[in-house]
Amino acid sequence: MLSNFFVQLMNGIALGSTYALIALGYTMVYGIILLINFAHGEIFMSGAFVGLILVTVFHVHIIIAFLGAMLFCMIMGVIIEKIAYKPLRRSTRLAALISAIGVSIFLSNLANLIFGANPTSYPPTKEILFPVKSFELFAGAQVTNLQILIIATSAILMIILQYFIKNTRIGKAMRATSQDYDTAALMGINVNKIISYTFAIGSSLAAAGGVLVGIYFGVVKYNMGTLVGLKAFTAAVLGGIGSIPGAMFGGIALGIGEMFAVAIGLSSYRDAIAFGILIIVLLVKPTGLFGTEIQKKV
Amino acid sequence: MAFLDGLLPAYYESIIITVGIYIILALGLNLITGVTGQLSLGHAAYMCIGAYTSAIVSMKLGLPFIVALLCAGIVAAIFGIFIGFPVLRLTGDYLAICTLGFGEILKSILFNMPYVGGAMGMAGIPPKTTLLNTIIIALIVIIVMVRMERSRFGRSLVAIREDEIAAECMGINAFRYKLQMFAIGTFTAGLGGALWAHKIMVLQPRDFGFMKSIEILNMVVLGGLGSIPGTILGATLLTAIPEILRFSSEYRMVIYGALLVIMMIFRPHGLMGNTDFNKLAKRTFRVFNTNNNKDKKSGMEG
Repeated sequence: MLSNFFVQLMNGIALGSTYALIALGYTMVYGIILLINFAHGEIFMSGAFVGLILVTVFHVHIIIAFLGAMLFCMIMGVIIEKIAYKPLRRSTRLAALISAIGVSIFLSNLANLIFGANPTSYPPTKEILFPVKSFELFAGAQVTNLQILIIATSAILMIILQYFIKNTRIGKAMRATSQDYDTAALMGINVNKIISYTFAIGSSLAAAGGVLVGIYFGVVKYNMGTLVGLKAFTAAVLGGIGSIPGAMFGGIALGIGEMFAVAIGLSSYRDAIAFGILIIVLLVKPTGLFGTEIQKKV
Repeated sequence: MAFLDGLLPAYYESIIITVGIYIILALGLNLITGVTGQLSLGHAAYMCIGAYTSAIVSMKLGLPFIVALLCAGIVAAIFGIFIGFPVLRLTGDYLAICTLGFGEILKSILFNMPYVGGAMGMAGIPPKTTLLNTIIIALIVIIVMVRMERSRFGRSLVAIREDEIAAECMGINAFRYKLQMFAIGTFTAGLGGALWAHKIMVLQPRDFGFMKSIEILNMVVLGGLGSIPGTILGATLLTAIPEILRFSSEYRMVIYGALLVIMMIFRPHGLMGNTDFNKLAKRTFRVFNTNNNKDKKSGMEG
Protein backbone atom coordinates (compact mmCIF):
# COMPACT_ATOMS: atom_id res chain seq x y z
CA MET A 1 0.00 0.00 0.00
CA LEU A 2 2.67 2.44 1.09
CA SER A 3 4.96 1.36 -1.75
CA ASN A 4 2.17 1.84 -4.27
CA PHE A 5 1.56 5.26 -2.79
CA PHE A 6 5.22 6.12 -3.27
CA VAL A 7 5.28 4.89 -6.86
CA GLN A 8 2.27 7.00 -7.74
CA LEU A 9 3.78 9.95 -5.93
CA MET A 10 6.94 9.72 -8.06
CA ASN A 11 4.87 9.36 -11.23
CA GLY A 12 2.91 12.40 -10.18
CA ILE A 13 5.97 14.50 -9.41
CA ALA A 14 7.61 13.56 -12.72
CA LEU A 15 4.49 14.47 -14.69
CA GLY A 16 3.88 17.51 -12.53
CA SER A 17 7.37 18.91 -12.98
CA THR A 18 6.82 19.01 -16.75
CA TYR A 19 3.51 20.80 -16.15
CA ALA A 20 5.35 23.20 -13.89
CA LEU A 21 7.94 24.01 -16.58
CA ILE A 22 5.16 24.91 -19.00
CA ALA A 23 3.09 26.70 -16.37
CA LEU A 24 6.03 29.03 -15.68
CA GLY A 25 5.77 30.47 -19.19
CA TYR A 26 2.06 31.11 -18.80
CA THR A 27 2.45 32.75 -15.45
CA MET A 28 5.39 34.97 -16.46
CA VAL A 29 3.69 36.24 -19.59
CA TYR A 30 0.44 36.77 -17.75
CA GLY A 31 2.23 38.57 -14.96
CA ILE A 32 3.64 41.15 -17.34
CA ILE A 33 1.15 41.70 -20.17
CA LEU A 34 -1.99 40.07 -18.73
CA LEU A 35 -2.36 37.78 -21.72
CA ILE A 36 -3.31 34.10 -21.62
CA ASN A 37 -0.74 33.01 -24.16
CA PHE A 38 -2.67 30.22 -25.84
CA ALA A 39 0.21 29.62 -28.25
CA HIS A 40 2.38 28.49 -25.33
CA GLY A 41 1.10 24.90 -25.52
CA GLU A 42 2.11 24.87 -29.18
CA ILE A 43 5.58 26.10 -28.31
CA PHE A 44 5.85 23.13 -25.96
CA MET A 45 4.80 20.87 -28.86
CA SER A 46 7.33 22.52 -31.19
CA GLY A 47 10.06 21.99 -28.62
CA ALA A 48 9.28 18.29 -28.49
CA PHE A 49 9.42 18.02 -32.30
CA VAL A 50 12.61 20.07 -32.64
CA GLY A 51 14.27 17.83 -30.08
CA LEU A 52 13.09 14.79 -32.01
CA ILE A 53 14.40 16.10 -35.33
CA LEU A 54 17.77 16.98 -33.83
CA VAL A 55 18.13 13.48 -32.43
CA THR A 56 16.82 11.44 -35.36
CA VAL A 57 17.82 13.53 -38.40
CA PHE A 58 20.96 15.32 -37.22
CA HIS A 59 22.07 12.55 -34.83
CA VAL A 60 23.25 14.91 -32.15
CA HIS A 61 23.46 13.93 -28.52
CA ILE A 62 20.24 14.25 -26.57
CA ILE A 63 21.66 16.94 -24.31
CA ILE A 64 22.58 19.07 -27.33
CA ALA A 65 19.15 18.38 -28.79
CA PHE A 66 17.60 19.48 -25.50
CA LEU A 67 19.54 22.76 -25.55
CA GLY A 68 18.89 23.19 -29.28
CA ALA A 69 15.15 22.83 -28.79
CA MET A 70 15.29 25.41 -26.00
CA LEU A 71 17.20 27.84 -28.21
CA PHE A 72 14.89 27.31 -31.19
CA CYS A 73 11.76 27.91 -29.13
CA MET A 74 13.34 30.89 -27.42
CA ILE A 75 13.70 32.56 -30.82
CA MET A 76 10.26 31.36 -31.88
CA GLY A 77 8.61 32.78 -28.78
CA VAL A 78 10.22 36.18 -29.30
CA ILE A 79 9.21 36.26 -32.98
CA ILE A 80 5.63 35.28 -32.16
CA GLU A 81 5.45 38.08 -29.61
CA LYS A 82 6.80 40.63 -32.09
CA ILE A 83 4.41 39.61 -34.87
CA ALA A 84 1.20 38.66 -33.13
CA TYR A 85 1.06 40.39 -29.74
CA LYS A 86 3.12 43.55 -29.91
CA PRO A 87 0.83 45.40 -32.37
CA LEU A 88 -2.08 44.63 -30.05
CA ARG A 89 -0.54 45.80 -26.81
CA ARG A 90 -2.67 48.93 -26.58
CA SER A 91 -5.94 47.41 -27.77
CA THR A 92 -8.41 45.25 -25.87
CA ARG A 93 -7.12 42.18 -24.11
CA LEU A 94 -9.56 40.00 -26.00
CA ALA A 95 -8.03 41.02 -29.34
CA ALA A 96 -4.64 39.80 -28.12
CA LEU A 97 -6.28 36.63 -26.81
CA ILE A 98 -7.83 35.87 -30.21
CA SER A 99 -4.49 36.59 -31.85
CA ALA A 100 -2.87 34.08 -29.48
CA ILE A 101 -5.52 31.52 -30.38
CA GLY A 102 -4.84 32.21 -34.05
CA VAL A 103 -1.13 31.52 -33.54
CA SER A 104 -2.03 28.34 -31.69
CA ILE A 105 -4.29 27.07 -34.49
CA PHE A 106 -1.66 28.05 -37.06
CA LEU A 107 1.20 26.23 -35.32
CA SER A 108 -0.64 23.02 -34.45
CA ASN A 109 -1.99 22.67 -37.99
CA LEU A 110 1.40 23.48 -39.46
CA ALA A 111 2.82 20.64 -37.36
CA ASN A 112 0.00 18.45 -38.63
CA LEU A 113 1.03 19.27 -42.22
CA ILE A 114 4.71 18.62 -41.59
CA PHE A 115 4.59 15.58 -39.32
CA GLY A 116 1.20 14.07 -40.14
CA ALA A 117 -1.71 13.29 -37.89
CA ASN A 118 -0.27 10.09 -36.43
CA PRO A 119 1.85 10.11 -33.29
CA THR A 120 5.59 10.08 -33.95
CA SER A 121 7.66 8.06 -31.53
CA TYR A 122 10.85 9.21 -29.87
CA PRO A 123 13.85 6.91 -30.17
CA PRO A 124 13.99 4.50 -27.23
CA THR A 125 15.55 5.92 -24.11
CA LYS A 126 18.32 3.33 -23.98
CA GLU A 127 19.64 4.43 -27.38
CA ILE A 128 19.71 8.15 -26.73
CA LEU A 129 20.24 8.31 -23.00
CA PHE A 130 20.62 5.24 -20.82
CA PRO A 131 18.67 2.03 -20.20
CA VAL A 132 15.76 2.66 -17.87
CA LYS A 133 16.37 1.04 -14.53
CA SER A 134 14.24 0.92 -11.41
CA PHE A 135 15.70 1.53 -8.02
CA GLU A 136 14.05 0.13 -4.96
CA LEU A 137 14.27 2.59 -2.11
CA PHE A 138 12.40 0.55 0.49
CA ALA A 139 9.88 -2.31 0.50
CA GLY A 140 8.60 -2.13 -3.07
CA ALA A 141 8.90 1.63 -3.36
CA GLN A 142 10.41 2.01 -6.81
CA VAL A 143 11.63 4.97 -8.77
CA THR A 144 13.17 4.87 -12.23
CA ASN A 145 16.32 6.72 -13.19
CA LEU A 146 14.33 8.39 -15.97
CA GLN A 147 11.96 9.88 -13.42
CA ILE A 148 14.87 11.11 -11.35
CA LEU A 149 16.39 12.67 -14.46
CA ILE A 150 13.17 14.49 -15.32
CA ILE A 151 12.61 15.74 -11.81
CA ALA A 152 16.25 16.81 -11.47
CA THR A 153 16.32 18.61 -14.81
CA SER A 154 13.14 20.48 -14.02
CA ALA A 155 14.39 21.35 -10.58
CA ILE A 156 17.69 22.68 -11.95
CA LEU A 157 15.91 24.82 -14.54
CA MET A 158 13.57 26.20 -11.90
CA ILE A 159 16.44 27.02 -9.55
CA ILE A 160 18.24 28.84 -12.37
CA LEU A 161 15.04 30.76 -13.14
CA GLN A 162 14.53 31.65 -9.52
CA TYR A 163 18.12 32.91 -9.29
CA PHE A 164 17.70 34.88 -12.50
CA ILE A 165 14.48 36.55 -11.36
CA LYS A 166 15.71 37.35 -7.86
CA ASN A 167 19.32 38.29 -8.39
CA THR A 168 19.91 39.77 -11.82
CA ARG A 169 19.22 43.21 -13.22
CA ILE A 170 16.88 41.87 -15.89
CA GLY A 171 15.06 39.77 -13.31
CA LYS A 172 14.57 42.82 -11.17
CA ALA A 173 13.26 44.74 -14.17
CA MET A 174 10.87 41.88 -14.89
CA ARG A 175 9.48 41.96 -11.39
CA ALA A 176 9.08 45.71 -11.60
CA THR A 177 7.29 45.47 -14.94
CA SER A 178 4.90 42.85 -13.64
CA GLN A 179 4.10 45.01 -10.62
CA ASP A 180 3.31 48.09 -12.64
CA TYR A 181 3.86 48.23 -16.36
CA ASP A 182 3.56 52.00 -16.79
CA THR A 183 5.59 52.99 -13.76
CA ALA A 184 8.34 50.58 -14.76
CA ALA A 185 8.45 52.23 -18.18
CA LEU A 186 8.68 55.66 -16.51
CA MET A 187 11.61 54.47 -14.39
CA GLY A 188 13.62 53.89 -17.54
CA ILE A 189 13.06 50.17 -17.98
CA ASN A 190 12.94 49.18 -21.62
CA VAL A 191 9.61 47.39 -21.34
CA ASN A 192 9.72 45.95 -24.86
CA LYS A 193 13.05 44.33 -24.10
CA ILE A 194 11.72 42.90 -20.84
CA ILE A 195 8.70 41.44 -22.62
CA SER A 196 11.00 39.81 -25.18
CA TYR A 197 13.10 38.34 -22.36
CA THR A 198 9.95 37.02 -20.70
CA PHE A 199 8.81 35.30 -23.87
CA ALA A 200 12.30 33.94 -24.49
CA ILE A 201 12.59 32.42 -21.01
CA GLY A 202 9.04 31.10 -20.92
CA SER A 203 9.31 29.52 -24.36
CA SER A 204 12.64 27.87 -23.68
CA LEU A 205 11.24 26.34 -20.48
CA ALA A 206 8.25 25.03 -22.45
CA ALA A 207 10.63 23.50 -25.01
CA ALA A 208 12.54 21.83 -22.19
CA GLY A 209 9.23 20.44 -20.95
CA GLY A 210 8.46 19.23 -24.47
CA VAL A 211 11.68 17.27 -24.86
CA LEU A 212 11.30 15.78 -21.37
CA VAL A 213 7.73 14.69 -22.11
CA GLY A 214 8.92 13.22 -25.41
CA ILE A 215 11.58 11.16 -23.63
CA TYR A 216 9.28 10.21 -20.76
CA PHE A 217 6.20 9.14 -22.73
CA GLY A 218 7.99 8.17 -25.93
CA VAL A 219 5.54 9.72 -28.39
CA VAL A 220 4.83 13.21 -29.69
CA LYS A 221 1.82 14.38 -31.68
CA TYR A 222 0.85 17.57 -33.45
CA ASN A 223 -2.03 18.30 -31.06
CA MET A 224 -0.26 17.35 -27.83
CA GLY A 225 0.14 21.02 -26.97
CA THR A 226 -3.54 21.84 -26.60
CA LEU A 227 -4.51 19.67 -23.67
CA VAL A 228 -1.14 19.86 -21.91
CA GLY A 229 -1.20 23.61 -22.45
CA LEU A 230 -4.65 23.87 -20.89
CA LYS A 231 -3.55 21.76 -17.95
CA ALA A 232 -0.38 23.79 -17.47
CA PHE A 233 -2.41 26.96 -17.58
CA THR A 234 -4.72 25.41 -15.02
CA ALA A 235 -1.66 24.71 -12.90
CA ALA A 236 -0.59 28.34 -13.19
CA VAL A 237 -4.03 29.54 -12.10
CA LEU A 238 -4.08 26.98 -9.31
CA GLY A 239 -0.85 28.38 -7.88
CA GLY A 240 -2.01 31.95 -8.37
CA ILE A 241 -1.37 33.38 -11.80
CA GLY A 242 1.60 35.75 -11.96
CA SER A 243 3.35 33.94 -9.10
CA ILE A 244 6.43 31.91 -10.07
CA PRO A 245 6.59 29.65 -6.98
CA GLY A 246 2.84 29.27 -7.42
CA ALA A 247 3.27 27.88 -10.93
CA MET A 248 5.90 25.38 -9.74
CA PHE A 249 3.73 24.24 -6.87
CA GLY A 250 0.55 24.21 -8.98
CA GLY A 251 2.16 22.07 -11.68
CA ILE A 252 3.45 19.47 -9.26
CA ALA A 253 0.18 19.42 -7.28
CA LEU A 254 -1.76 18.91 -10.50
CA GLY A 255 0.53 16.07 -11.63
CA ILE A 256 0.23 14.29 -8.29
CA GLY A 257 -3.54 14.78 -8.19
CA GLU A 258 -3.90 13.40 -11.69
CA MET A 259 -1.76 10.33 -10.98
CA PHE A 260 -3.62 9.52 -7.77
CA ALA A 261 -6.93 9.87 -9.55
CA VAL A 262 -5.74 7.36 -12.12
CA ALA A 263 -4.50 5.05 -9.37
CA ILE A 264 -7.87 4.93 -7.60
CA GLY A 265 -9.60 3.95 -10.82
CA LEU A 266 -10.78 7.26 -12.24
CA SER A 267 -8.57 7.02 -15.30
CA SER A 268 -11.43 7.75 -17.69
CA TYR A 269 -11.98 11.02 -15.86
CA ARG A 270 -8.27 11.85 -15.94
CA ASP A 271 -8.64 15.11 -17.86
CA ALA A 272 -11.60 16.24 -15.81
CA ILE A 273 -9.68 15.88 -12.52
CA ALA A 274 -7.37 18.82 -13.21
CA PHE A 275 -10.25 21.13 -13.97
CA GLY A 276 -12.30 19.84 -11.05
CA ILE A 277 -9.45 20.63 -8.64
CA LEU A 278 -9.08 24.05 -10.24
CA ILE A 279 -12.74 24.99 -9.92
CA ILE A 280 -12.88 23.92 -6.28
CA VAL A 281 -9.71 25.87 -5.43
CA LEU A 282 -10.93 28.98 -7.23
CA LEU A 283 -14.25 28.90 -5.44
CA VAL A 284 -12.55 28.66 -2.07
CA LYS A 285 -9.66 31.02 -2.79
CA PRO A 286 -10.27 32.95 -6.02
CA THR A 287 -6.72 34.27 -6.33
CA GLY A 288 -5.16 30.80 -6.38
CA LEU A 289 -2.98 29.31 -3.68
CA PHE A 290 -0.06 31.75 -3.88
CA GLY A 291 -1.74 34.71 -5.54
CA THR A 292 -2.00 38.09 -3.91
CA GLU A 293 -5.29 39.85 -3.74
CA ILE A 294 -5.51 42.94 -5.90
CA GLN A 295 -7.62 45.65 -4.37
CA LYS A 296 -10.06 47.05 -6.87
CA LYS A 297 -10.24 50.80 -6.92
CA VAL A 298 -12.97 52.95 -8.37
CA MET B 1 -44.00 24.75 -43.62
CA ALA B 2 -42.06 23.09 -46.34
CA PHE B 3 -42.19 25.70 -49.05
CA LEU B 4 -38.50 26.55 -48.63
CA ASP B 5 -37.43 22.95 -49.11
CA GLY B 6 -35.65 22.22 -52.32
CA LEU B 7 -35.51 25.89 -53.24
CA LEU B 8 -31.74 25.90 -52.94
CA PRO B 9 -29.18 23.22 -53.74
CA ALA B 10 -28.67 21.04 -50.68
CA TYR B 11 -25.07 22.22 -50.21
CA TYR B 12 -26.00 25.90 -49.97
CA GLU B 13 -29.02 25.11 -47.85
CA SER B 14 -26.80 23.23 -45.43
CA ILE B 15 -24.36 26.14 -45.24
CA ILE B 16 -27.13 28.65 -44.61
CA ILE B 17 -28.54 26.48 -41.82
CA THR B 18 -25.05 26.26 -40.29
CA VAL B 19 -24.66 30.03 -40.52
CA GLY B 20 -28.05 30.45 -38.83
CA ILE B 21 -27.09 28.11 -35.99
CA TYR B 22 -23.78 29.89 -35.47
CA ILE B 23 -25.55 33.26 -35.46
CA ILE B 24 -27.77 32.00 -32.61
CA LEU B 25 -24.78 30.61 -30.70
CA ALA B 26 -22.62 33.67 -31.28
CA LEU B 27 -25.38 36.08 -30.21
CA GLY B 28 -25.67 34.20 -26.92
CA LEU B 29 -21.94 34.53 -26.35
CA ASN B 30 -22.01 38.16 -27.48
CA LEU B 31 -24.46 38.87 -24.66
CA ILE B 32 -22.12 37.25 -22.12
CA THR B 33 -18.74 38.40 -23.41
CA GLY B 34 -19.48 41.35 -25.67
CA VAL B 35 -22.25 43.21 -23.87
CA THR B 36 -21.49 42.29 -20.26
CA GLY B 37 -17.75 41.75 -20.64
CA GLN B 38 -17.62 38.34 -18.91
CA LEU B 39 -15.14 36.21 -20.86
CA SER B 40 -16.56 32.72 -21.27
CA LEU B 41 -14.43 30.00 -22.83
CA GLY B 42 -17.03 27.28 -22.37
CA HIS B 43 -19.91 28.28 -24.60
CA ALA B 44 -19.76 24.96 -26.45
CA ALA B 45 -20.56 23.20 -23.16
CA TYR B 46 -24.03 24.76 -23.07
CA MET B 47 -24.47 24.04 -26.75
CA CYS B 48 -23.56 20.46 -25.90
CA ILE B 49 -26.09 20.28 -23.08
CA GLY B 50 -28.77 21.63 -25.41
CA ALA B 51 -27.84 19.20 -28.16
CA TYR B 52 -27.90 16.13 -25.93
CA THR B 53 -31.08 17.22 -24.13
CA SER B 54 -32.94 17.79 -27.37
CA ALA B 55 -31.70 14.51 -28.78
CA ILE B 56 -32.94 12.63 -25.71
CA VAL B 57 -36.30 14.40 -25.79
CA SER B 58 -36.98 13.91 -29.47
CA MET B 59 -35.34 10.52 -29.97
CA LYS B 60 -35.73 8.60 -26.72
CA LEU B 61 -38.99 10.19 -25.55
CA GLY B 62 -40.43 10.75 -29.02
CA LEU B 63 -41.75 14.24 -28.31
CA PRO B 64 -42.16 16.92 -31.03
CA PHE B 65 -39.27 19.13 -32.10
CA ILE B 66 -40.59 22.33 -30.54
CA VAL B 67 -40.70 20.60 -27.13
CA ALA B 68 -37.15 19.37 -27.68
CA LEU B 69 -36.03 22.89 -28.54
CA LEU B 70 -37.58 24.42 -25.44
CA CYS B 71 -36.27 21.65 -23.19
CA ALA B 72 -32.78 22.14 -24.66
CA GLY B 73 -32.87 25.86 -23.92
CA ILE B 74 -34.28 25.43 -20.43
CA VAL B 75 -31.89 22.66 -19.37
CA ALA B 76 -28.93 24.63 -20.73
CA ALA B 77 -30.12 27.70 -18.81
CA ILE B 78 -30.52 25.66 -15.61
CA PHE B 79 -26.94 24.48 -15.99
CA GLY B 80 -25.95 28.06 -16.75
CA ILE B 81 -27.47 29.28 -13.48
CA PHE B 82 -26.01 26.33 -11.61
CA ILE B 83 -22.50 27.05 -12.92
CA GLY B 84 -22.93 30.81 -13.00
CA PHE B 85 -23.98 31.09 -9.38
CA PRO B 86 -20.54 30.32 -7.95
CA VAL B 87 -18.49 31.26 -10.99
CA LEU B 88 -19.89 34.70 -11.80
CA ARG B 89 -18.54 35.98 -8.49
CA LEU B 90 -15.07 35.55 -9.94
CA THR B 91 -13.78 38.17 -12.31
CA GLY B 92 -11.97 38.32 -15.62
CA ASP B 93 -9.70 35.47 -16.47
CA TYR B 94 -10.67 33.33 -13.52
CA LEU B 95 -14.17 33.24 -14.91
CA ALA B 96 -12.73 32.31 -18.30
CA ILE B 97 -10.72 29.42 -16.93
CA CYS B 98 -13.64 28.12 -14.83
CA THR B 99 -16.00 28.07 -17.80
CA LEU B 100 -13.27 26.33 -19.81
CA GLY B 101 -12.85 23.78 -17.04
CA PHE B 102 -16.58 23.13 -16.90
CA GLY B 103 -16.60 22.40 -20.64
CA GLU B 104 -13.79 19.86 -20.29
CA ILE B 105 -15.42 18.19 -17.28
CA LEU B 106 -18.73 17.91 -19.13
CA LYS B 107 -16.95 16.29 -22.07
CA SER B 108 -15.35 13.71 -19.76
CA ILE B 109 -18.70 12.94 -18.12
CA LEU B 110 -20.41 12.42 -21.48
CA PHE B 111 -17.55 10.18 -22.59
CA ASN B 112 -18.33 7.92 -19.65
CA MET B 113 -22.11 7.96 -19.91
CA PRO B 114 -23.46 4.85 -21.67
CA TYR B 115 -27.02 6.28 -21.82
CA VAL B 116 -25.93 8.84 -24.42
CA GLY B 117 -23.54 6.50 -26.20
CA GLY B 118 -20.29 7.47 -24.47
CA ALA B 119 -17.39 8.14 -26.83
CA MET B 120 -19.22 6.47 -29.72
CA GLY B 121 -21.83 9.17 -29.53
CA MET B 122 -25.52 9.28 -30.11
CA ALA B 123 -26.74 8.44 -33.60
CA GLY B 124 -30.11 8.38 -35.32
CA ILE B 125 -31.43 11.77 -34.27
CA PRO B 126 -34.31 12.71 -36.59
CA PRO B 127 -33.42 15.47 -39.12
CA LYS B 128 -35.88 18.08 -37.92
CA THR B 129 -33.78 21.19 -38.53
CA THR B 130 -34.92 22.90 -41.72
CA LEU B 131 -33.99 26.12 -43.40
CA LEU B 132 -37.29 27.66 -42.35
CA ASN B 133 -37.20 26.85 -38.64
CA THR B 134 -33.54 27.84 -38.39
CA ILE B 135 -34.27 31.22 -39.99
CA ILE B 136 -37.31 31.79 -37.77
CA ILE B 137 -35.42 30.99 -34.57
CA ALA B 138 -32.42 33.04 -35.65
CA LEU B 139 -34.69 36.01 -36.37
CA ILE B 140 -36.43 35.68 -33.01
CA VAL B 141 -33.06 35.57 -31.24
CA ILE B 142 -31.83 38.62 -33.18
CA ILE B 143 -34.98 40.62 -32.39
CA VAL B 144 -34.90 39.66 -28.71
CA MET B 145 -31.21 40.59 -28.48
CA VAL B 146 -31.74 43.97 -30.18
CA ARG B 147 -34.73 44.79 -27.97
CA MET B 148 -32.82 43.69 -24.89
CA GLU B 149 -29.78 45.80 -25.74
CA ARG B 150 -31.97 48.91 -25.72
CA SER B 151 -33.80 48.03 -22.52
CA ARG B 152 -33.00 49.03 -18.97
CA PHE B 153 -31.62 45.52 -18.47
CA GLY B 154 -29.28 45.82 -21.45
CA ARG B 155 -28.01 49.23 -20.40
CA SER B 156 -27.31 47.87 -16.93
CA LEU B 157 -25.25 45.07 -18.47
CA VAL B 158 -23.20 47.60 -20.45
CA ALA B 159 -22.69 49.58 -17.24
CA ILE B 160 -21.39 46.42 -15.55
CA ARG B 161 -18.99 45.86 -18.43
CA GLU B 162 -17.63 49.38 -18.29
CA ASP B 163 -17.14 49.48 -14.53
CA GLU B 164 -18.69 47.00 -12.18
CA ILE B 165 -18.03 48.96 -9.00
CA ALA B 166 -19.40 52.18 -10.47
CA ALA B 167 -22.46 50.28 -11.72
CA GLU B 168 -23.09 48.92 -8.24
CA CYS B 169 -22.81 52.42 -6.85
CA MET B 170 -25.58 53.45 -9.23
CA GLY B 171 -27.81 50.84 -7.65
CA ILE B 172 -27.36 47.99 -10.12
CA ASN B 173 -27.32 44.59 -8.47
CA ALA B 174 -24.42 43.40 -10.61
CA PHE B 175 -24.44 39.78 -9.53
CA ARG B 176 -28.18 39.33 -10.13
CA TYR B 177 -28.01 40.96 -13.55
CA LYS B 178 -24.99 38.89 -14.50
CA LEU B 179 -26.76 35.71 -13.46
CA GLN B 180 -29.90 36.59 -15.44
CA MET B 181 -27.77 37.52 -18.43
CA PHE B 182 -25.86 34.24 -18.17
CA ALA B 183 -29.11 32.28 -18.06
CA ILE B 184 -30.33 34.02 -21.23
CA GLY B 185 -26.98 33.51 -22.98
CA THR B 186 -26.88 29.82 -22.12
CA PHE B 187 -30.54 29.44 -23.13
CA THR B 188 -29.67 30.59 -26.65
CA ALA B 189 -26.65 28.27 -26.64
CA GLY B 190 -29.04 25.42 -25.80
CA LEU B 191 -31.32 26.40 -28.69
CA GLY B 192 -28.36 26.47 -31.06
CA GLY B 193 -27.24 23.08 -29.78
CA ALA B 194 -30.69 21.59 -30.36
CA LEU B 195 -30.78 22.83 -33.95
CA TRP B 196 -27.25 21.53 -34.44
CA ALA B 197 -28.17 18.08 -33.08
CA HIS B 198 -31.13 17.77 -35.42
CA LYS B 199 -29.03 18.90 -38.36
CA ILE B 200 -25.98 16.67 -38.14
CA MET B 201 -27.96 13.81 -36.52
CA VAL B 202 -24.92 12.32 -34.74
CA LEU B 203 -23.60 13.71 -31.48
CA GLN B 204 -20.14 13.00 -30.15
CA PRO B 205 -18.70 14.58 -27.00
CA ARG B 206 -15.49 15.50 -28.79
CA ASP B 207 -17.38 17.83 -31.14
CA PHE B 208 -18.07 20.14 -28.22
CA GLY B 209 -14.55 20.66 -26.97
CA PHE B 210 -12.55 23.76 -26.25
CA MET B 211 -12.03 24.46 -29.96
CA LYS B 212 -15.76 24.77 -30.55
CA SER B 213 -16.02 27.39 -27.81
CA ILE B 214 -13.09 29.20 -29.36
CA GLU B 215 -14.68 29.06 -32.79
CA ILE B 216 -17.78 30.81 -31.43
CA LEU B 217 -15.69 33.34 -29.49
CA ASN B 218 -13.76 34.14 -32.66
CA MET B 219 -17.01 35.05 -34.39
CA VAL B 220 -17.96 37.48 -31.64
CA VAL B 221 -14.55 39.11 -31.38
CA LEU B 222 -13.99 39.28 -35.11
CA GLY B 223 -17.39 40.84 -35.68
CA GLY B 224 -16.89 43.36 -32.92
CA LEU B 225 -17.54 42.77 -29.23
CA GLY B 226 -20.99 43.89 -28.16
CA SER B 227 -22.17 44.64 -31.68
CA ILE B 228 -25.13 42.56 -32.83
CA PRO B 229 -24.71 43.20 -36.58
CA GLY B 230 -20.99 42.59 -36.10
CA THR B 231 -21.63 39.23 -34.47
CA ILE B 232 -23.95 38.24 -37.31
CA LEU B 233 -21.28 39.25 -39.83
CA GLY B 234 -18.58 37.42 -37.85
CA ALA B 235 -20.64 34.22 -37.66
CA THR B 236 -21.38 34.37 -41.37
CA LEU B 237 -17.77 35.05 -42.39
CA LEU B 238 -16.18 32.45 -40.15
CA THR B 239 -18.63 29.79 -41.29
CA ALA B 240 -18.09 30.72 -44.92
CA ILE B 241 -14.28 31.08 -44.87
CA PRO B 242 -13.53 27.42 -44.08
CA GLU B 243 -16.03 26.47 -46.80
CA ILE B 244 -14.35 28.79 -49.30
CA LEU B 245 -10.95 27.44 -48.28
CA ARG B 246 -12.15 23.88 -48.84
CA PHE B 247 -10.24 23.75 -52.15
CA SER B 248 -7.05 23.68 -50.09
CA SER B 249 -8.34 21.42 -47.36
CA GLU B 250 -4.80 20.65 -46.21
CA TYR B 251 -3.84 24.25 -45.62
CA ARG B 252 -7.32 25.30 -44.52
CA MET B 253 -6.75 25.47 -40.78
CA VAL B 254 -3.25 26.93 -41.17
CA ILE B 255 -4.69 29.77 -43.24
CA TYR B 256 -7.56 30.17 -40.79
CA GLY B 257 -5.14 30.59 -37.90
CA ALA B 258 -3.03 33.10 -39.81
CA LEU B 259 -6.14 35.04 -40.89
CA LEU B 260 -7.25 35.39 -37.27
CA VAL B 261 -3.92 36.96 -36.33
CA ILE B 262 -3.90 39.28 -39.35
CA MET B 263 -7.49 40.41 -38.81
CA MET B 264 -6.84 41.13 -35.15
CA ILE B 265 -3.72 43.17 -35.98
CA PHE B 266 -5.54 45.31 -38.52
CA ARG B 267 -8.97 45.49 -36.86
CA PRO B 268 -8.41 44.95 -33.12
CA HIS B 269 -11.93 46.15 -32.33
CA GLY B 270 -13.46 43.70 -34.76
CA LEU B 271 -15.02 44.45 -38.09
CA MET B 272 -17.98 46.36 -36.66
CA GLY B 273 -16.96 47.31 -33.13
CA ASN B 274 -19.39 49.72 -31.44
CA THR B 275 -21.89 49.50 -34.28
CA ASP B 276 -25.51 48.63 -33.59
CA PHE B 277 -28.44 48.41 -35.99
CA ASN B 278 -29.36 52.07 -35.40
CA LYS B 279 -25.93 53.35 -36.39
CA LEU B 280 -25.81 50.93 -39.28
CA ALA B 281 -29.17 52.18 -40.55
CA LYS B 282 -28.15 55.81 -40.14
CA ARG B 283 -24.91 55.22 -41.97
CA THR B 284 -26.66 53.47 -44.85
CA PHE B 285 -29.23 56.22 -44.92
CA ARG B 286 -26.51 58.88 -44.99
CA VAL B 287 -24.79 57.22 -47.93
CA PHE B 288 -28.15 57.00 -49.62
CA ASN B 289 -28.88 60.66 -48.84
CA THR B 290 -25.56 62.01 -50.07
CA ASN B 291 -26.08 60.06 -53.26
CA ASN B 292 -29.48 61.68 -53.61
CA ASN B 293 -28.03 65.11 -52.92
CA LYS B 294 -25.37 64.58 -55.51
CA ASP B 295 -28.07 63.66 -57.97
CA LYS B 296 -30.00 66.80 -57.10
CA LYS B 297 -26.91 68.95 -57.42
CA SER B 298 -26.03 67.55 -60.75
CA GLY B 299 -29.64 68.02 -61.73
CA MET B 300 -29.51 71.72 -60.81
CA GLU B 301 -26.34 72.25 -62.71
CA GLY B 302 -27.91 70.62 -65.68
